[in-house]
Amino acid sequence: MGKVTGFKELERQDRSYAPVGERVKHYKEFVIPLPEPEIRSQSSRCMDCGIPYCHNGCPVNNLIPDWNDLVYEGNWRSALDTLHSTNNFPEFTGRICPAPCEAACTLNITDSPVTIKSIECAIIDRGWEEGWIEPKISLRKTGKNVAVVGSGPAGLACSQQLARVGHSVTLYERNARLGGLLRYGIPDFKMEKHLIDRRLSQMLAEGVTFKSNTEVGITISVEDMLNEYDAIVMTGGSEFPRDMDVPGRELDGIHFAMQFLTQQNRRLADEQILANQSISANGKNVVVIGGGDTGSDCVGTSIRQGAKSVTQLEVMPKPPKMEDKTLTWPNWPLKLRTSTSHLEGADRDWSVATKAFYGDGGTVKGLELVRNEWEAGADGKTSMVEIPNSKFKLDADLVLLAMGFVHPKHTGMIEESGVELDDRGNVKAGIEDYKTSRKNIFVAGDMRRGQSLVVWAISEGRKAARSVDNYLMGSSTLPD
Amino acid sequence: MNQRSNTKERSGLYDPDHEKDNCGFGFIAHIKGKKTHKLVRDGLQILANLDHRGAVGADPLAGDGAGILVHIPDQLMREELARDNVVLPESGHYGVGMVFLPRDEDTRNRCVDSIIRSVASEGSTVLGWRDVPTDNACLGESVKPNEPIIKQVVISRPNGVVDQEEFERKLFVIRKQAHKKIWYPGEGDDGDSTGVFYITSFSSRLVCYKGMVLCTNLDSYYLDLSDDRMISAVALVHQRFSTNTFPSWKLAQPFRLLCHNGEINTVRGNINWMAARRATMSSKVLGEDLDKLWPLIGDGASDSATFDNALELLVAGGYSLAHAMMMMIPEAWNNNDLMDPARRAFYEYNAALMEPWDGPAAIAFTDGRQVGATLDRNGLRPARYMVTTDDLVIMGSEDGVLPVPDDNVVQKWRLQPGKMLLIDLEEGRIIGDEELKTSLAAKHPYQEWLDRTQIQLEDLPNEIGAMTPDPETLIQRQQAFGYTQEDIKQFLTPMGLNGDDPIGSMGRDTPIAVLSDRPKLLFDYFKQCFAQVTNPPIDPIREELVMSLVSLIGPRPNLLEPEGAGARHRLEVRQPIISNLDLERVRQIENHVDQAFKTSTLSATYPATDGALGMEKAIERLSLEAEEAVQSGFNILILSDRDVDSDHIPIPSLLATAGVHHHLIRTGLRTSAGLVVETGEARRVHDFCLLAGYGAEAINPYLAFDALTDLAPKLIQKVSVDELHQKYIKAITKGILKVMSKMGISTYQSYCGAQIFDAVGLSESFLSKYFTGTKCAIGGVGIDGIASESVRRHAIAYQGILQFSGALDVGGDLAFRLRGETHAWTPETIGLLQHAARSGDEKRYRAYAKKMNDQSKKLRNIRALFDLKFVDTPVPLNEVEPAKEIVKRFATGAMSFGSISWEAHTTLAVAMNRIGGRSNSGEGGEDPVRFKPLANGDSMVSRIKQVASGRFGVTAEYLVNATDLQIKMAQGAKPGEGGQLPGHKVDEWIGRVRNSTPGVALISPPPHHDIYSIEDLAQLIHDLKNINADARVSVKLVSELGVGTVAAGVAKAYADHVTISGFEGGTGASPITSIQHAGSPWEIGLAETHETLVRNQLRGRIAVQVDGGFRTGRDVVIGALLGADEFGIATAALVAAGCIMMRKCHLNTCPVGVATQDPELRKLFTGQPDHVINFFMFLAEEVRELMSQMGFRKFEEMIGRRDHLGVQPVIEHWKAKNLDLSRVLHSVYAAPGVATRHCEQQNHGLEKALDNVLIEQARDAIEDRKAVVIKSAVKNTNRTIGTMLSGEVARKYGHAGLEKDTIQLKLKGSAGQSLGAFLARGITIELEGGGNDYVGKGLSGGEIIIYPAKSGNFAPEQNIIVGNTVLYGAVEGECYFRGVAGERFAVRNSGVTAVVEGVGDHGCEYMTGGIVVVLGSTGRNFAAGMSGGIAYVLDENKEFDSLCNKSMVDLERIEIPTEDVDFEEVNSDLMKHDAQRLKGLIQAHFDKTGSDRAKQILELWEQYLPMFVKVFPVDYRRALMDLKRVQSEQSVTSENMMAGE
Repeated sequence: MGKVTGFKELERQDRSYAPVGERVKHYKEFVIPLPEPEIRSQSSRCMDCGIPYCHNGCPVNNLIPDWNDLVYEGNWRSALDTLHSTNNFPEFTGRICPAPCEAACTLNITDSPVTIKSIECAIIDRGWEEGWIEPKISLRKTGKNVAVVGSGPAGLACSQQLARVGHSVTLYERNARLGGLLRYGIPDFKMEKHLIDRRLSQMLAEGVTFKSNTEVGITISVEDMLNEYDAIVMTGGSEFPRDMDVPGRELDGIHFAMQFLTQQNRRLADEQILANQSISANGKNVVVIGGGDTGSDCVGTSIRQGAKSVTQLEVMPKPPKMEDKTLTWPNWPLKLRTSTSHLEGADRDWSVATKAFYGDGGTVKGLELVRNEWEAGADGKTSMVEIPNSKFKLDADLVLLAMGFVHPKHTGMIEESGVELDDRGNVKAGIEDYKTSRKNIFVAGDMRRGQSLVVWAISEGRKAARSVDNYLMGSSTLPD
Repeated sequence: MNQRSNTKERSGLYDPDHEKDNCGFGFIAHIKGKKTHKLVRDGLQILANLDHRGAVGADPLAGDGAGILVHIPDQLMREELARDNVVLPESGHYGVGMVFLPRDEDTRNRCVDSIIRSVASEGSTVLGWRDVPTDNACLGESVKPNEPIIKQVVISRPNGVVDQEEFERKLFVIRKQAHKKIWYPGEGDDGDSTGVFYITSFSSRLVCYKGMVLCTNLDSYYLDLSDDRMISAVALVHQRFSTNTFPSWKLAQPFRLLCHNGEINTVRGNINWMAARRATMSSKVLGEDLDKLWPLIGDGASDSATFDNALELLVAGGYSLAHAMMMMIPEAWNNNDLMDPARRAFYEYNAALMEPWDGPAAIAFTDGRQVGATLDRNGLRPARYMVTTDDLVIMGSEDGVLPVPDDNVVQKWRLQPGKMLLIDLEEGRIIGDEELKTSLAAKHPYQEWLDRTQIQLEDLPNEIGAMTPDPETLIQRQQAFGYTQEDIKQFLTPMGLNGDDPIGSMGRDTPIAVLSDRPKLLFDYFKQCFAQVTNPPIDPIREELVMSLVSLIGPRPNLLEPEGAGARHRLEVRQPIISNLDLERVRQIENHVDQAFKTSTLSATYPATDGALGMEKAIERLSLEAEEAVQSGFNILILSDRDVDSDHIPIPSLLATAGVHHHLIRTGLRTSAGLVVETGEARRVHDFCLLAGYGAEAINPYLAFDALTDLAPKLIQKVSVDELHQKYIKAITKGILKVMSKMGISTYQSYCGAQIFDAVGLSESFLSKYFTGTKCAIGGVGIDGIASESVRRHAIAYQGILQFSGALDVGGDLAFRLRGETHAWTPETIGLLQHAARSGDEKRYRAYAKKMNDQSKKLRNIRALFDLKFVDTPVPLNEVEPAKEIVKRFATGAMSFGSISWEAHTTLAVAMNRIGGRSNSGEGGEDPVRFKPLANGDSMVSRIKQVASGRFGVTAEYLVNATDLQIKMAQGAKPGEGGQLPGHKVDEWIGRVRNSTPGVALISPPPHHDIYSIEDLAQLIHDLKNINADARVSVKLVSELGVGTVAAGVAKAYADHVTISGFEGGTGASPITSIQHAGSPWEIGLAETHETLVRNQLRGRIAVQVDGGFRTGRDVVIGALLGADEFGIATAALVAAGCIMMRKCHLNTCPVGVATQDPELRKLFTGQPDHVINFFMFLAEEVRELMSQMGFRKFEEMIGRRDHLGVQPVIEHWKAKNLDLSRVLHSVYAAPGVATRHCEQQNHGLEKALDNVLIEQARDAIEDRKAVVIKSAVKNTNRTIGTMLSGEVARKYGHAGLEKDTIQLKLKGSAGQSLGAFLARGITIELEGGGNDYVGKGLSGGEIIIYPAKSGNFAPEQNIIVGNTVLYGAVEGECYFRGVAGERFAVRNSGVTAVVEGVGDHGCEYMTGGIVVVLGSTGRNFAAGMSGGIAYVLDENKEFDSLCNKSMVDLERIEIPTEDVDFEEVNSDLMKHDAQRLKGLIQAHFDKTGSDRAKQILELWEQYLPMFVKVFPVDYRRALMDLKRVQSEQSVTSENMMAGE
């Protein structure tokens, strides 16, 4: 540890944002990085804990104290190596990860965690800037062919790992471009897409073959794949959105969040959008149903598209502003989280359930809502109870459903392959070997664990790669 | 060895090898050699007066052994043998053998026959046999079955034997052969299966009477001793205090030449080295007889017996007794600039002949013509002597062992460290140490010989050292040797920058090596041994003068040809860690120094293609190569793994070293060549210690140097490569010194090869082959397992494993890392436990316990391997003892206020008091505020009060406010080490509680200076019992092999309670080396303790507590089944209170306010007593559930029930599957009626204390504060006078006590040990006579005045008045001693004012306050570690400057006063008025003691004043100045405020 008393002497200082008025005019990233000296002194706040809780808080188990120390010493290159040793794509997580590591940071006991995410981002950005990032091309080929299906963060991480130990990897993607949710789901203002492209470039050099516009189970049969490849890793994500069955759901102007977000990203990437399929928030009253991150992305995108108003509704009660740290830390706490998008001008309401949509001429005009309470039952589980006479209405020209994803899409690859599913409809596999019930088929990421964070996807992709390597070679030299 | 296992069966963990003994001893001799019976009777009287230094076990009549060595009573022998018509030749022409024979007739006949045949073979004849008359009525029941038949055999001087010298040698040869025939029988012979046969003495001069007899009964047993014809001019007596009581007649002392009080720590190495010499040994004097003496060592199980064996050889080989003693126990010559150069040369020269036999030792010896005594270099045993007008010299462990009229005393003195007392009975005079050594040193031109032959490595011509390789090769090598990032960051970097072994905190919670999934280094399988109780550790920093790192590389000379060594070259290094350049000097040495040396480098690697299975062959090959190299004339071997590469796997350097070392010992070639290790593997202190311990004379850690070179440009600090290397070497050597001193070993030469390690998890066959003699409680992996770990590392390095490419493994030993080593405390377990404790949610606790207990995937500790055996029908839970009863067995661990915050400390105390458990004060004293209950009924008092080596805040008041008094002998995280609280951490509050000055550093010495041995411990227990009879006295030990026998000794020393700490225990600050590698798991220590106590029938008398990593109810249950009554749980309780295992305690930056004194951080503490209580209640509930399933209703039913423990059937683990737990699980057989849990009380014998009378007579004073004067005669058996009385005062009046002189005790005689211990204010002891050791220990406000008998004829200022370690830990009060004090006067004094007329070595050591005036000379190392207080020393001979250890103090002249100041002013400012203060104290000394010395000084004050030196600690002066500044600022402020009003 560089500085024993750094945490006492220095205040937490994090990246700032461009002013709202300015940033909502475009779709570019608006985070203002900290200058190098500040990053270095922030990294000296790390206490190099005997038990680094951050390390467990982080799904890829980043060696946070280690690279903090290296940054403090100005040893950026080593910091980069250390960071890369556990995380293939720190530039993604450094931007969009909700940073459970910071929640777990010892200094979060007093609400001033080390700015781990910013430091991570600074390390990787600098790495690219300095040209330190090069393909790691394997010296020997194993002669084994592996297909990875789905090019989201799990698929990318898995492919990269497998290629680096000499397997011939083909990465399948049903969309035109690779990146999955990273590319299509996450708004550019949170993460610009050229970041993905340069990684893909690295992976190409490392020997990964990309096959886009190819949907396994539709374009190509699973059986053919099994014949062609020694192993298949399914990393298709959890795409099946949660819907609601209330009157008026069929009205125009009600869309799943992902339709909306994807379209905006395509638009920015100059992909063609058919006019009759265009969804726009411009000049509209927008209601986002669902209080999570996707909902928040809808808020920010709507504002940028020029919405008249944006309201975000959540069925659960408003979480406390501050968690009871004595009972939550170092775990991820339930607390009120306000995103940059929220700050750009959105109303939020909690404990609100949608009873119906109403419209005019087949187009949605508003929602009928009701307030509810959550009561704890005898078994300790809470259940929702409507508050009598609390019905109210809300105008809406565009409703975006952001209530999460239930499970992966079953039609196509999953059904054809016949792999066993778990209770929740995810593909069933062991958490250590990532093997499905079907020989030679592995699964990783949201397709296995259900909807989750990018960083979890990377983690699973890496671990699955190790398991595949182990399976094919009898042992593996890959890290997990 | 065979011998041993015959007599006492080794089973379970108990091993007779661990038995230790300390003792009382003494002699009386007539200087002119006049033989009388009275002298023999006096000898027996001495023995009787040392009774309290011995011990009795369960059987009150079975002592540990006593004996007497006297001249052969010629008349008695002559007349007795005449009855059988045997006519003896003249005295000196016949030899007498005293023989223990077995009762079984066949065996006995065999033994007798072997004597007869041996006598005959040496050309002598048996003149006759005599049945030694004995009366066994006084023998204990447990001893009688083993009572030998005791006979004396008388033999003639063979023809051709020219003198008595040669006759003695013959007798030696005969005895050896007679023993050999029986002890090491050949094929078809039976030997002596009873193990009784033993010849106690066989001499033409001396005869030894000894046995398993109480010392007071020796003459009732041996009727000869009461016979008037039993006359002698010398009587050496000895009374044994053994940790164990398995009757062994032959272990009683004296032996043939000596009796020994102490312990030889290096004995394993000494035995090996003796064996290794066989091939190089030859003797002109002994000639062919030398061969008949083998095996040289082995006729006794004890270190003392072994020492005697070696001494006999040296004497038989032609050395004088004194010379031989000086070789075996040399005084500290290495760093002693004051020593006469000729004497230094003598020692230096002899050092090459024999490594020191290191350890605390007071040895009395005689060959019949001379009698003498010597003390080890540290002076760790007391020995006082007296010369009388009637030509007697009386020596003993204490003063007053034989009453002598005052006017008969010519001189009273003590043996000083490293000094010898010798009386030549033939010359009829005492030969002083100076004369003796000067004459020996002058006998040969030692310096000349040295100049000619001694080569300093650094003086050899420069060579070229190897360069550091490119980064890629470097990292591959590091990987091949298992380097981790932690090695670089936590070890090499700080060591290279600071030159210190790095410090860490909290305990080790990672698996022992054999349970780890990761490839561990072989080093990690070994645990450092350390001294506890029977032997003190040393302070290598403050007592550096006794330490030496000098190592001699290369062949050793013929031990028995002392002059021959003058012809041989010897290569010396100042310390054993050598640079690349120095290594090349060794390698190229052949071309220098007349071709005296020839070096061969042997590769300790082997082809990678041979895999793991190839290693065994590789070592065999290496050993043979070594053997051939030596035989073909190479005399330095370098074992090198530098040629490691992708095709070559390195043999673990420790395995290579130990393997070759032992192979060469076995082939008798070891002393023909030196062993140097060139290795990339060694990097941490522990690694080097092991290489040294298994024979490396020098070590070159090339890869550590390479790593440092590589680091240099990357560091923020700009440091040169050379400096990094130097500092690293310094850090390592300092660390080695510390590890050596933990075991009480002071020289590298004797540490080398001494094997001071226990193994854990290595197979017996592996150990016996490569690590011969190393002990292991839990067997495990063998060569294949170890080899496969090497292979794994090699593969990581050279097979392009992506996981590790370009980066080292994270390690994760010190801090948790997910891809690193497994820890018990993880983010998950901490989170669960804290959430459970705070919410009171038992479900969360269960989740926590499950995580902790379930180790099916990742092993962390031994108990994971145990299986609890459940019954078919569980006891209904409501019938199981309630949780609120079970929690009473729980205590929190010892954590001082200072190491943790006030908030954390009191939270634990309140919690434990609420549930009826116990909290522990730790070693920092306790604020008296806490002694009173709080308004809400809570109490902040720590029921357990700790008494540690620093004695901080240990006052009479502190001691009476306890229910347990715990003597901390050792601490799990750092056994054998002291500690230091830096000045900046001692704030006003902590300073007050510790009776010290804020801002002044506080040092805890490694040993308790009043416990150097088991009988010393008994004394401290007695002292504590005296001050607070209601409290249980507890002794805290740390688990290591042999701890059970120490615990048995502790039980026999009357402790009520013993704690066995596991190595996982935590610490606020300790070298990581110790946290990780010292001590063993509690499972082992506890199992051994319980077993040994039960076997000794002592278990009922003592409560056994266990601690060190208890975290769940399952842990508690396993502890109980292995034999514990009570449980200490510190870390887990602290976690419940908020600790998150930051491991930053030593940095004061604890971010949760637990282990910090920073006011801002303390505010962050959120713990509540309820959190702690929740945790303990959950724990107890978990215990109850398991009890129910095992069928126990009461907790006590469970204690020691090992039959309920099994081994987990299937644990998938590549290493652990080989573990052998049978010795730990071995069921202990307890005879019917023998207790297997704590259920009896100790008999402390307090009713015999003089204080009972004193208290009666002081009733008025105690009740009504009325002044009383009490007169009494005292003798040395009146121990701990005034202490019980002080307890009464402190209980009633607290630390304030009574008004000065309220109780005046006027005593006359020689007072026993601990006179006035913890004496409370208001009590004054005035003693006419003399004091022994520990006078005024813990003085708490009282006053002690001692002067010699007024009728005495000697000059008091030249004689000793009080013994060693006077005023240890004294807090407050005054002392005046007319005469000289022994070693360590006023050690750790924190406030007493004392005047004395001379002191021994180490005066005022670790002193933190008070004033000491020495009106005479001091010994060496005065003021070592003295951080506070002031001393004034009269330096008449201008030598004080060189005697004082000036590392922490300044020496100042005393200014001649220019003004008169009043008394109050004098005492108000210690920075001024020295002259007035000094004069006042000397005046008081005169007034109270009538000292002539004081009178003279006062009369010639102007003349004397300039000769005084003021010793002023630098730290203290700064603190006083700070204090003064604050005070004046305050007074200015208050004046201003008043003015404002």
